[in-house]
Amino acid sequence: MAPIQDQLELTSTDATAVNLPIAGTGSRSYAFLIDWHIRLVLALAWFISAAALMGMLGNSELWRGLSDASGSLVFYMVVLPPLLIYFLYHPVIEVAAKGRTPGKRAAGIRVVTLEGQTPDAAALLIRNVFRLIDALPAFYILGLACVLLTPRQVRIGDMAAGTLLAYEKKLRGDAFDRFASHQDAALGVPAAEVAQDLLKRWESLSPDKRSRIAAKLVASQGQQVPTDLPKRAFDAEMQRRVTRLAHAPRS
Amino acid sequence: MPRAAEAPRESRTLAQWLGRRVPDWRRLEALLREQRDRADESHAEVIELVDRFRSLGRDLSLARALMPGSSVCRDLESLFLKAHEAVFRRPSRIGAQLGELFRDDVPRVFRELRSTIWITAALFFGTAVLGWLLVSFNPELASLFASEKMIENVQRGELWTDGLLNIVPSSVLSVQIMANNIVVSLFAFALGALYGLGTIYVISLNGFMLGGIFAFTANYDMAGRLFNFVVAHGVVELSVICLAGAAGIQLGHALVHPGLKTRSEAFRAAVKHAGILLPVVVVFLVGAGLIEGFISPDDRYPLSLRVVVGVGYGVLLWAVLSGRVWRRSSDLSVTPSAASEASRMH
Repeated sequence: MAPIQDQLELTSTDATAVNLPIAGTGSRSYAFLIDWHIRLVLALAWFISAAALMGMLGNSELWRGLSDASGSLVFYMVVLPPLLIYFLYHPVIEVAAKGRTPGKRAAGIRVVTLEGQTPDAAALLIRNVFRLIDALPAFYILGLACVLLTPRQVRIGDMAAGTLLAYEKKLRGDAFDRFASHQDAALGVPAAEVAQDLLKRWESLSPDKRSRIAAKLVASQGQQVPTDLPKRAFDAEMQRRVTRLAHAPRS
Repeated sequence: MPRAAEAPRESRTLAQWLGRRVPDWRRLEALLREQRDRADESHAEVIELVDRFRSLGRDLSLARALMPGSSVCRDLESLFLKAHEAVFRRPSRIGAQLGELFRDDVPRVFRELRSTIWITAALFFGTAVLGWLLVSFNPELASLFASEKMIENVQRGELWTDGLLNIVPSSVLSVQIMANNIVVSLFAFALGALYGLGTIYVISLNGFMLGGIFAFTANYDMAGRLFNFVVAHGVVELSVICLAGAAGIQLGHALVHPGLKTRSEAFRAAVKHAGILLPVVVVFLVGAGLIEGFISPDDRYPLSLRVVVGVGYGVLLWAVLSGRVWRRSSDLSVTPSAASEASRMH
């Protein structure tokens, strides 16, 4: 079995390479479950409200209409729309939203081609046609097995369409402004970047790790690092020093 | 020592230079936002986008060297991906692409898959004959593909299609039939991914059922009535199922004989190639569903009209597949030998 490939490397014509992280079974299943709930709820909501509007909810008329589909109105108003919502949810939304669905958005993933581009409508439709066999014999077992066994973690539909699921790299927007503001920092831009990142992640890091990184940063600026402080005080002192360094303007 | 001191000074200078590029990144961001989903960019806008994208590549390389893993690197990578997508995105011309698909691609693929289509048709009609023979000699085998209710009806001298419109309105029947036939055809195609075996199964099963049902009704002298029901929609319906099957067999062939490509590449190429026939399959099945809902079960239409509709719709399918429906008469007058002569001259 080929090793799992967790990055899709995109190389531009001028040899600049950027990696796109490939989504695996977990993110795929998470996205699918959200989408499945959405389409189920939408289909049921339509079914119940259309039946209620037609005054058929709770009487035998509805069930007679459903069992022999004899009434055109029942069929077109109550039966057909939920079926369309349920079965066309993925192809329609993926084409309209360029490889994204609400579930995929929630999981932070989207469909891309092997070149990292947004797939065209034909590729997205093909990938959805193959759901017919990915879903076999039940509960997407074949598709899931393919995801687990293929290096790029794709189901048959993705293999057919030349697509895969990748994590979206979102532009957060504040990094450029912070970077620009670092131009005036006494630390210099690279060290100021490290200081800002460290302060941002301070609470999520363990006291040992953050103190060690902070001490290295402080030492790199030619400052003396205290060695006689107890752990807690040392941690607080390092946070104070890094904060001061990060905000100190260039003289 | 002076060299060691030079390095941080150099990186500081480079970082300051990079800092002055921030407005350019902001401009590229704005440009990408403005041009999203637009197809009417001016020449100057496109050139500016490409220029800024190339500069961004250089900035990204420098940022990675100076501050690997930093947030600015991550944002530059995101911006680079966005710009990469915008620069290398294929133009979207849905109308023109659909025109090309039906005018050029479908006839080309139909020609290229002709032998596979014949093989699929032979498989379908071969299994139909087999089904006919089996049920003719062992009538009890009819229960394999006919429900008990259907068998009882036929034994009473009634076809299950008799009075269908009294039970289900034509439009509802059409939609149900369309959906069923489209799913069967797409299954026949997609199951080709199981090395063609799934497609062979679907085609054989459908052929077997058709032959068996006809043999079963023939035992009660009702095959003519069944033919009367089937003829208007059947010509196209059976043809497009064979088309979808041929496309599926092509997928299996690519997996069994990938040639110089990897199996995955060969499979992808086969899907792209044979999948071109699917829009024709779907469009013609919509028409066949309408015929089956409105004409086939309606006793008011005589056999002659049903034959005309069936054959006419079949001819239209053939005309679309061969490309004759789009070609002008002047194009048709170009003989194959003249065409090959012209291509040699080029």
